[in-house]
Amino acid sequence: MKLTFDNKIALVTGAGRGIGRAIAESLAAEGVHVICVSRSESSCGSAAEAIRSNGGSAEALAVDVGDSAAVSAACEKLLKEHENIDILVNNAGITKDMLLLRMTDEDWLDVINTNLSSCFYWTKGILRPMTRKRWGRIINISSVVGIIGNPGQTNYGAAKAGMIGFTKSTAREIASRGITCNVVAPGFIETDMTAELNDTIKTEATKVIPLKRFGQVADISNMVTYLASEEAGYITGQTFSVDGGMAM
Amino acid sequence: MSDKSIEDRVKEIIVNQLNVNEEQVTPEASFLDDLGADSLDLVELVMAFEEEFKDEIQGEIPESDSEKLQTVGDVVSYIKEKSAS
Repeated sequence: MKLTFDNKIALVTGAGRGIGRAIAESLAAEGVHVICVSRSESSCGSAAEAIRSNGGSAEALAVDVGDSAAVSAACEKLLKEHENIDILVNNAGITKDMLLLRMTDEDWLDVINTNLSSCFYWTKGILRPMTRKRWGRIINISSVVGIIGNPGQTNYGAAKAGMIGFTKSTAREIASRGITCNVVAPGFIETDMTAELNDTIKTEATKVIPLKRFGQVADISNMVTYLASEEAGYITGQTFSVDGGMAM
Repeated sequence: MSDKSIEDRVKEIIVNQLNVNEEQVTPEASFLDDLGADSLDLVELVMAFEEEFKDEIQGEIPESDSEKLQTVGDVVSYIKEKSAS
């Protein structure tokens, strides 16, 4: 199947590395101009540079996605330059794992803010011109943990499940404007985030994955790129698990 | 500030936002019943009015006021009232 992208502009948060970077590169390979967002200038800068050196079109934008005022200022600036963002991928995420009994308020709030509140800030920031254009794609990257839970990740699980609820309500609010809003929920994917896991946890994790292996970033970016395309226009409010069968 | 009357400026915003003909935008016309607006249109209309009339109304239109703005005439008199005070 050939996917259609007609002069589209995408914004991908957490685009500096891992899944976000793969999504940014995959969209750019389809001819989409990609705004690569990450907290550090060097991280989003190198992602955008890599896309450009491959012949794609990209720019970098350093913003802390959990900072409401910073995101709103960034959106205002972007919308002066671009008029409209067609595709928003809320991918930025952090973990601060700790068993509930030992979790601090700060660990809780940081994860909720960066992973979940950021979706609200960005969606609100770019939505008005999207509704006027009567076309848009919003894709939120959740996690299998938001669906089946994981000890040590009450904060992360709550944020990722929250993204699913956020997506469904948003999808209903803006469906009449030709904007779809969906979730992709990755399982264990080989990235810097899962590289931190020790070998015992990796072996144990692999046992509960029906396909018996970790996924690749391309497994996620393929799904996101499809959902962002013209062809996926009849799909909204859905959660797509890309997790080797962990949640079924 | 624009030289156009408040009526004309309100009308222009409504025509753009709701894709209706100017003739349909009478003072009695209800956004929901006559002009085909949905709840999202109403929110966007209020935001557009806030932008256009920021000098007159000074700030945002509170939710308690915006829910009373059901017809074109309601909006015109609301803005006139605010700008007179």
